[in-house]
Amino acid sequence: MNRIEQTFQLLTKTGRKAFVPYLMAGDGGLDCLADRLTLLEKFGASAIEVGVPFSDPVADGSAIQMAGIRALKNGTTLRGIIKKIAEARKQIHVPIILMTYLNPVYAYGIDAFIFDIQEAGIDGCIIPDLPMEEEDIIAPKLHEVNIEFIRLATPTTPLDRIKQIAGKGRGFLYTVTVKGITGERSEFAHDLYAFLKQVKEVSSIPVLAGFGISNQEQIAEIVEYCDGVVVGSKIVDLFASSRLRELEQLVSIFHSKSNPF
Amino acid sequence: MSTYTLPNEKGHFGIFGGRYVPETLMKAVVELETAYKEAKDDPDFQSEFRRLLTEYAGRETPLYFAQNLTKYAGGANIYLKREDLNHTGAHKINNAIGQALLAVRMGKKKIVAETGAGQHGVATATVSALLNLDCIIFMGEEDIKRQALNVFRMELLGAKVVSVTSGSATLKDAVNEALRYWVANVDDTHYLLGSVMGPHPFPMIVRDFQSVIGQETRDQFKAAKGRLPDALVACIGGGSNSIGMFYPFIEEEAVRLYGIEAAGKGIDTPFHAASLTKGKPGVLHGALMYLLQDQDGQIQEAHSLSAGLDYPGVGPEHSYLKEIGRAEYHSITDQEALEAFQLLSKHEGIIPALESAHAVAFAVQLAAKMNADQNIVVCLSGRGDKDVDAVKARLERGLES
Repeated sequence: MNRIEQTFQLLTKTGRKAFVPYLMAGDGGLDCLADRLTLLEKFGASAIEVGVPFSDPVADGSAIQMAGIRALKNGTTLRGIIKKIAEARKQIHVPIILMTYLNPVYAYGIDAFIFDIQEAGIDGCIIPDLPMEEEDIIAPKLHEVNIEFIRLATPTTPLDRIKQIAGKGRGFLYTVTVKGITGERSEFAHDLYAFLKQVKEVSSIPVLAGFGISNQEQIAEIVEYCDGVVVGSKIVDLFASSRLRELEQLVSIFHSKSNPF
Repeated sequence: MSTYTLPNEKGHFGIFGGRYVPETLMKAVVELETAYKEAKDDPDFQSEFRRLLTEYAGRETPLYFAQNLTKYAGGANIYLKREDLNHTGAHKINNAIGQALLAVRMGKKKIVAETGAGQHGVATATVSALLNLDCIIFMGEEDIKRQALNVFRMELLGAKVVSVTSGSATLKDAVNEALRYWVANVDDTHYLLGSVMGPHPFPMIVRDFQSVIGQETRDQFKAAKGRLPDALVACIGGGSNSIGMFYPFIEEEAVRLYGIEAAGKGIDTPFHAASLTKGKPGVLHGALMYLLQDQDGQIQEAHSLSAGLDYPGVGPEHSYLKEIGRAEYHSITDQEALEAFQLLSKHEGIIPALESAHAVAFAVQLAAKMNADQNIVVCLSGRGDKDVDAVKARLERGLES
């Protein structure tokens, strides 16, 4: 069984919600990646999404765009990231999920990429510019080596299509909470919870909500309707400004004793 | 009988094309595909499209025998397909009219578009004014500087122009921002993409709307000479005027097709926009196509004197035509394009867009290698008024600075 499936089985058994932080690899230098992964695990991350910087991230808002630019200026490459994860893997126990646009993978060579991430102990991939219609370019090959291809559902995705998307996966369904790009939102659309509820009903796998989520109040409300959250831009900003105390508070939300989750 | 039927159902031209977009946009691209299929077979839609091309854009555009340029080149006869004589001064209006009608048909009241040189932005703003649509145009900060007059034109036409400062602040970054805007406003907004790029069905739709160029050329040339031309030459940024010219001739194997990319300061320098000549296949802005990229798959900045060619990719159908060897792709430097800009002005009294000057430069070289009984048609995709200031400045300060 894949490490992602194991994690969710355990969460379900213990009645816990998932907290999945996203960080941009290479922001602050690739040498700090292992330490940051360790820190996130220590703070209570259920799994960690590792972002790969790309020159043209069309699904991302300014926080992740800027982090990507900083990472690229540091000379960060997909090859370098995979190598660092391979080195860090023995000290990290939670699932590691790579979030990358398709082109860096395409340039790497799809077979070589899959071979190397398997060696590195990476458990899943999210490719935001690869919808169901085009996923055969890589998803079946990932499946063969027991790496999860994590699919996305969005507020514009028709319900029957959400069902179809969810039916293909074994890890979790990444449910985008906004019609838009990544980045903090002060508020969500009034129909978000109804949408999450519908997704939860049709999805055969755990549902994680992501995009725009940045604080404990939002998380507390959203997890009423799903199995956990992905937080990206906020984590990226907290790392970039070295606010580790706030980072700990946020990531440990489902672990603190005073918290009902 | 037509045997060339690409793209296939999935929007692929061989390995190229497709729909590599965020899930948020899938509903919109599928909706657009369905709407277009219906519109294509709807005689009312087609006649309205043709009516606006005729009465509003001023089609058909002339096919002009450039006698002086032919004499200068000393070889094959050179004809110019005068897309520069369209309303708004370039071929871009053909596609803008078609897609705006499609937006109205889909009940979308807002238009978002990207622009490089500003020609597509002006065409989009124009049609939006005509059809009473809200219009927002994303344009790179660099291009806004290079094309100040077109920015004013768009604003005059009622469009909102948004300056894009991310990345290289040129066309590719304007596309990124337009896509991000579309992701967030997809319910009531149509993305009026200006070239044969992006996710399926855009490369097909834009090609079909632009193929009026090649269809007219075919009819006009046949009427004048009783046969088909020997070669077609068109410049390539994203590739819309060239595919519009080439498409009706794809199955005419005897007609050679030449697409001309911008070599900028030279294809052996880092400063060019020759995606087909120097790039390799990859995925950007929703399609698999030839791209300028580094070995790690990061997209590189394109460079050209002409803002309209300053794009690091080239449409999937061109990528395919290169792969199967049906079309040939060459490149012309900034310097050569500047010379052709002046040459056509002096010899024919026609000031071409800098983009089109690339095609003219290549056609002159090509004509010299062909016989006097052979014929070349150049797609003169736009007029040069917008470039006069930039060319003046460039000539005054010399090429190397």
